[in-house]
Amino acid sequence: MHDDHLFMQAFVYLAAAVVAVPVAKRLGLGSVLGYLMAGMLIGPYGLGLVGEEGKDVLHFAEFGVVMMLFVVGLELEPSLLWRMRTPVLGMGGLQVLFSAILGGGLGLVLGLPWQEALAIGLVLSLSSTAIVLQTLQEKGLMSTAAGRGSFAILLFQDIAVIPMLALFPLLALHAPEALPDAHEAGVMAGLPGWAQGLALLCAVSAVVLGGRFLMRPTFRWVARTGLRELFVALVLLLVIGIALLMDLVGLSPALGTFVAGVVLAESEYRHELESDIEPFKGLLLGLFFIAVGASVDFPLVAEEPGTIAGLVGLLVLVKLAVLFAVGRIFRLSLDQNLLMSFALAQGGEFAFVLFSFAVRAGVLEASTSAPLVAAVALSMALTPLLLVFFDRVVRPRVGTREAERSYDAPEEASVIIAGFGRFGQICSRLLEAEGVHATILEADSDQVDLLRKFGRKVFYGDASRLDLLHAAGAEQARLLVLAVDRSDKTKEIVQTVQRHFPDLPIMARASGRNEAYDLVSMGVQHVYRETFDSALRMGTDALVLLGSRAHRAHRAGARFRRQDEALVRELAGLRGQQDFVDIVRRRTKDVEQILKRDLEGAPVEGAGWDASPLRGDPALTPLESVESSASPSE
Amino acid sequence: MFAHPALERSRVQRRLLEAPKRVGVGVRDLYELYPDLEVDVEAEQAALAAHDIIIFQHPFYWYSAPALVKQWQDLVLTHGWAYGTGGDALEGKLTFNVLSAGGEEAVYRPGGYNRFPVVELLRPFEQTAHLCGMRWLPPFVVHGTTQLEDASLDGHVEAYVRLLEALRDDRLDLAAARRSGGLHRKLSTLISSGAS
Repeated sequence: MHDDHLFMQAFVYLAAAVVAVPVAKRLGLGSVLGYLMAGMLIGPYGLGLVGEEGKDVLHFAEFGVVMMLFVVGLELEPSLLWRMRTPVLGMGGLQVLFSAILGGGLGLVLGLPWQEALAIGLVLSLSSTAIVLQTLQEKGLMSTAAGRGSFAILLFQDIAVIPMLALFPLLALHAPEALPDAHEAGVMAGLPGWAQGLALLCAVSAVVLGGRFLMRPTFRWVARTGLRELFVALVLLLVIGIALLMDLVGLSPALGTFVAGVVLAESEYRHELESDIEPFKGLLLGLFFIAVGASVDFPLVAEEPGTIAGLVGLLVLVKLAVLFAVGRIFRLSLDQNLLMSFALAQGGEFAFVLFSFAVRAGVLEASTSAPLVAAVALSMALTPLLLVFFDRVVRPRVGTREAERSYDAPEEASVIIAGFGRFGQICSRLLEAEGVHATILEADSDQVDLLRKFGRKVFYGDASRLDLLHAAGAEQARLLVLAVDRSDKTKEIVQTVQRHFPDLPIMARASGRNEAYDLVSMGVQHVYRETFDSALRMGTDALVLLGSRAHRAHRAGARFRRQDEALVRELAGLRGQQDFVDIVRRRTKDVEQILKRDLEGAPVEGAGWDASPLRGDPALTPLESVESSASPSE
Repeated sequence: MFAHPALERSRVQRRLLEAPKRVGVGVRDLYELYPDLEVDVEAEQAALAAHDIIIFQHPFYWYSAPALVKQWQDLVLTHGWAYGTGGDALEGKLTFNVLSAGGEEAVYRPGGYNRFPVVELLRPFEQTAHLCGMRWLPPFVVHGTTQLEDASLDGHVEAYVRLLEALRDDRLDLAAARRSGGLHRKLSTLISSGAS
């Protein structure tokens, strides 16, 4: 029976998502708003399809946020993170400080004790990492100045949650309702402060060192089994393990997995990790948004509509003002600054945790926090709408033109090399020498491992998978170099790319003639038979060793190449005809005949170098008895 | 016929190349077509046969053209096709060079640094044209490319455009052009204003 209930719930959630999200996307509102609306619809105050357990679901779905930060971390190499220290500390710090002062000040004006006002100001300074990042990523705005600024601020906020949790018990006005840290700090609560600090330090070091030295061999070991689901299991195990560890020592799980992500960002498994965890992250985040939607307490809103609306309005306005000021201080351009301000002008998911913690710690009365929680939830639901308002109303007035925005170039490389064996390496080394840095994908983990020892940047993964191609930046790439050594794989990748990235030009390695025919008839413009050029060079050199002049041999080789490549193109079009084998035999013979004639001393090309026909040409008979200096060929 | 082995490093030739593109004149970029110097003789001969005016645009390397132009001549202008018995494929076509040269025009003269006028140094081209029965014109030269200002480079590009338009509309005074010693000199006097 319990299982039935679980399946029923899963059915309701999934159905709501599948119905609401496409509608929202079609309306140009983004997926986040779709999930939120789905949540309101099925929530206890909507259709009532999910009841009180919505709270548990919210707690469970927070794991989606954890996974999202893991993925965000994966995209941030440590060096990049270090370069972001100024915006993170500066923008993030100022934003929290200003919001706390302004929010707290308003609280004081409204007659709250300073402790309550401060706690409220701090909690409301937080924005929703989940909503903002998801929305900005969906719009492809993460690499813009606003996207980077938003990310820096959100990162600081996520870190700031920890000291807030530590601070609240000190602000307690009433006797705590329960042991405030019984849940949040886990088993560590009983230990003295220094031991807690030590445990915290150990946990973080474990994540960093483990990620650096332990995870790579583990990934390799599992990858060698060739079972994809095992790799997925390992990734999930990793994220859940870290989340549990962080919970144990009282750190935010999201922060812990973020650190793990950053540590693994330099690993060759980065793209694979990213694409494996992506569907889980997406679904759990969706679930999270649905849960937020379901948790909006409509009866409370209905009871005091004025108060709640006022709170939401005040919250959004204060945040807008603070964010705009911070953006100003950090010299963002007007439209980028406005975008960032609108994006971050809501309460965050941590507010739910912090408010309930504050109530239990005796800082806030439940009656004070309830309308605030409702306001935060509503402000989150409002964010996608605010961004639509920004896009349609604000940006056209202040905005930068589209053409200029396209200079925010994607950070991915413009060339993808799939397959980094004997073939792909040579190609990539040449490109590298000319300053072209390719994103390299290789499916053999041993090979990846070996190459990493030589200091090459190679990612582990099977390039026939659409998600991996996405992760490697196939949308923005200008070229795909297909140097995979298995022809069935090559064809599979060609089909995937042609279907999903029709504008991406493909250069493909073919193992032999038949594969070249296949690839040409599939419409691949640039096909390279892997042994053709070496064989041709060997033949040319053989001619030289047999006594031919080097240049003549070179020209014979070049001519052979031209003829043979033209032949492959011609014959690829005739594939499938019944007498194909005969045609091939006949045409090949033709080409050989031409070449033979050429070598027998009647060169079709290079005739201009041959002086023999000039002898006895009456048109060139010298007018005076001067040597035939008229010939350009002597 | 355009030849420059390192166009990415040439400011002047890149700009000059705008002129034929603006007028709609076909350009065969030889170093792009034959990066390995393996000239496709049949394709080149077909292109020559299809046109009435053949221009060689290139930098004036060592008082001549980049190597591929010579390779092209050696291979494409074959006996029995371009010259000699039965070699009348190019008969009556108009040909000249468009050059960019580092030195000023003043140094291309007896007693000057380069001792000979550019027209003298182009004698091999002139004689090649003659042997093939083509009508030869003196070159259009952009001198002093090393110190050329962008503004005056614009002027040269415009002049080149006018020259090509005049040729297209048959407004160039060929007799005067032949005597001019260089098509870049007093170009406007060589072009008749009304359409003929």
